[in-house]
Amino acid sequence: MSAAWWTILIGAAATFAMRASFLVVAPRMARFPPWAHRLLRQIPPAALAALVLPAFVRPDGQLELWGPRAVAGLVAGIVAWRTRNTLATLVVGMAAAVAFGAVMG
Amino acid sequence: MDLPPGAEPDPTEAIGPSRFGGFRAGFVAVAPLLVGVAPFGLVAGATPVAYGLGADAAVGFSVIMFAGASQLASIEVLGAGGSVLAAVLTACTINLRLILYSASCSPYLRRLAPARRMVMAYLLTDEAYALSIVRWSEQGSEAQDPPTLRGRWTFYMGAAASMWATWQVSTLVGILVGNALPSGVRLDVIAPLVFLVLLVPTLVTRAALVAAAVGGVGAVVAAECGAGPMAVVVGSVAGILAGAALDDGADDGAGGGAGGGADGDDGRGQGGPTPAEPLP
Repeated sequence: MSAAWWTILIGAAATFAMRASFLVVAPRMARFPPWAHRLLRQIPPAALAALVLPAFVRPDGQLELWGPRAVAGLVAGIVAWRTRNTLATLVVGMAAAVAFGAVMG
Repeated sequence: MDLPPGAEPDPTEAIGPSRFGGFRAGFVAVAPLLVGVAPFGLVAGATPVAYGLGADAAVGFSVIMFAGASQLASIEVLGAGGSVLAAVLTACTINLRLILYSASCSPYLRRLAPARRMVMAYLLTDEAYALSIVRWSEQGSEAQDPPTLRGRWTFYMGAAASMWATWQVSTLVGILVGNALPSGVRLDVIAPLVFLVLLVPTLVTRAALVAAAVGGVGAVVAAECGAGPMAVVVGSVAGILAGAALDDGADDGAGGGAGGGADGDDGRGQGGPTPAEPLP
């Protein structure tokens, strides 16, 4: 079997284990204590921001706080915040990345 | 196992009383995001072929692993001559956040049938998770009655199955189109835009804002310090701890009652019945 397929099978098994981890044991946790809920509540904003921010300010693996990507991200963030419109955010964000890339890059 | 045999009206869905209403609501919620997911899937299909790993591997990655960014990262490792171990470790590191998502979902699904929880686990993505958790948290995690559970399941499946289908179809198209993809288009800006769309609705409290700020800055700092793919996890954990330190809602509610101080918006603020403290 090729290296790619070993990677697929082992990687998929590990990925499923991580996805299923707490979902499997959920029924055995009779009630989550308040401190656990306090931690769990922070997961969506913390994890998503940890994905988003580096992608915008380190687009090529180097800090670029005022690069085309960062400015495009800022513009898209304002659109997302104001309109809550997914398509508008994607379109404006893409357009801004292209435009600022041409102007600033 | 705790689900009713009949089709109970679903109190969680706004579109219609049928059992498909929840699925439809999930699909409607995720549909605009699919526009951003599809190009990413094209790359996931085209890249393994470009690296000579074969179309079968491209399909295997998307169907069996089904994990966006980590698929591409492990393909890059293999394509650069890395070992299976290195490729697997890279994928696992990127996917560690799925453990957080799993933990975050679990209080809402305690009484859901095990088989359904397994299906949900396989389909767990950033998109399905983020859309569902924002919706579920409006009800409170302690609500485990069958209609509520059914609503959670159907909404999640509507979003998650749509994600899955889009990912598989776009992977296949990517395999077929392959190198015909325009190389000048920077597709790597789309994924963060999709995550941005998911992030904004989670910023409903001051604690969430702090969690996001510390999480994002923490990930950047960790990346600058050479944490590589671990940066996301490092930033996430820092953000979770910072947000939790500021989140004073959890201890306010009465512990025993349904939903008392348990989650989401319940019991937050100054111990009153009002929902989460709004942003100024």
